[in-house]
Amino acid sequence: MGVTVHTRVNGQPIEREIEARQLLVYFLRDELGLTGTHVGCDTSQCGACTVWLDGRAVKSCTVLAAQVDEHEVTTVEGLAETVPEAQRIEGLHPVQAGFWEKHGLQCGFCTPGMMMTAAELLANSERLSQQEIREALEGNICRCTGYQDIVDAVAFAAEKMGVSVERDVTASI
Amino acid sequence: MIPAAFDYYRAKSIQEAFFAKQQAGADAKWIAGGHSLLPMMKLRLATPPALIDINEIDGLSGIRLQADGLVIGALTHHAEIAHSEEVVRTWPLLAQAAGLIGDRQVRNRGTIGGNLAHADPASDLPAVALALEATLVAEGPSGRREIPASEFFVGPMTTALSDDELLTQVRFPVPSGKVGSFYCKYPHPASGYAVVGVAAVAQLGPDGKFQAVRVGVTGVGMWAYRAETTEKELVGKLPTQENIASAAQHAVDETDVSQDLFASEQYRTHLAALYTVKALQAAVQAIQ
Repeated sequence: MGVTVHTRVNGQPIEREIEARQLLVYFLRDELGLTGTHVGCDTSQCGACTVWLDGRAVKSCTVLAAQVDEHEVTTVEGLAETVPEAQRIEGLHPVQAGFWEKHGLQCGFCTPGMMMTAAELLANSERLSQQEIREALEGNICRCTGYQDIVDAVAFAAEKMGVSVERDVTASI
Repeated sequence: MIPAAFDYYRAKSIQEAFFAKQQAGADAKWIAGGHSLLPMMKLRLATPPALIDINEIDGLSGIRLQADGLVIGALTHHAEIAHSEEVVRTWPLLAQAAGLIGDRQVRNRGTIGGNLAHADPASDLPAVALALEATLVAEGPSGRREIPASEFFVGPMTTALSDDELLTQVRFPVPSGKVGSFYCKYPHPASGYAVVGVAAVAQLGPDGKFQAVRVGVTGVGMWAYRAETTEKELVGKLPTQENIASAAQHAVDETDVSQDLFASEQYRTHLAALYTVKALQAAVQAIQ
């Protein structure tokens, strides 16, 4: 069954005729060519497919493309544009700059999803502990880094975005 | 993984949803956040011929504290419940349980109505709905019906809702007297679902003894249940460690304990007693 979808992806209006069963992640990758959003586990565990739906981080392998009709989607390709230009670092979102600066990735497969979750956390927080950063990233799995550099990357971005981060003793465990 | 093909209807009102359901037939499913249904469809464990999307129906989302209780619309996301001041103030265990579901992204998309209507044997909220004696409000073409939580969960992934009924809101009674509540679970390390989850509500009388005790348990059997023997054993007793531990030995009396690759029957039985003690003790401590 065909379904018409009118949506905005990274600010661009999009209209497509799609199959009802098409998942959002395949719509983004195959229909729109936005391959920054990755397919990891495909079972809503790993978080590699995380995008924003109306500003909230969701797993796009578990959302139908038909369900984003009249809603707004943001992918990693549009992440930098979610912060004012003055906050960008060489054109990057502070979270992207943080992953660069703090070596928050090795193979990079989980990185887009990690960044989309982290950026949503920062967009909705005034202050955070390192423990809260870890808890927020619970739904994103990384098989390379051991997570500490990722937490450091998010803390780096938090500072650039005016979100204060308390150091706590459990952070290095 | 791609779900089997289905027809898709986007309902803008409850009337439209009922009409679509009538057209699509009894096997059609409602879809809200889709975080219970879509994973099953991707694994082809569920192959509904049609989905009726209720996300765009106005008035099914939101949290209101009213005289007759804390009313939560079926489309309210877990994240909103976990962070709601009204919920934290009225029933902290509901906010706790909602905040322990899945992970941040899942809580942003999953809904309370979808969670309860799906009735997964290891889902968190059924235990809470039972312990709080919630009322589930359903609407169908023939009208509105209120179903007590105690009559709602009737089998594995099976509820008292009929095929054409839609769960529209959940109402939690407001506590009165010296009441404390707590939810805790032992999560499966990969899925986050409860291997054992226990929701406890404790009320103490002026003599310091248990006046009322309610314990909802999930993950242990094929559907969530009230640990009534444990509850009855505690009423009229002091909330001592010994009394609670002794009553918690009956935590699985009302169910057939499941076993799977992760937890044997014996291990689940052990965890059920342990988490019943934890939840009850914390509920007593939470009494102000």
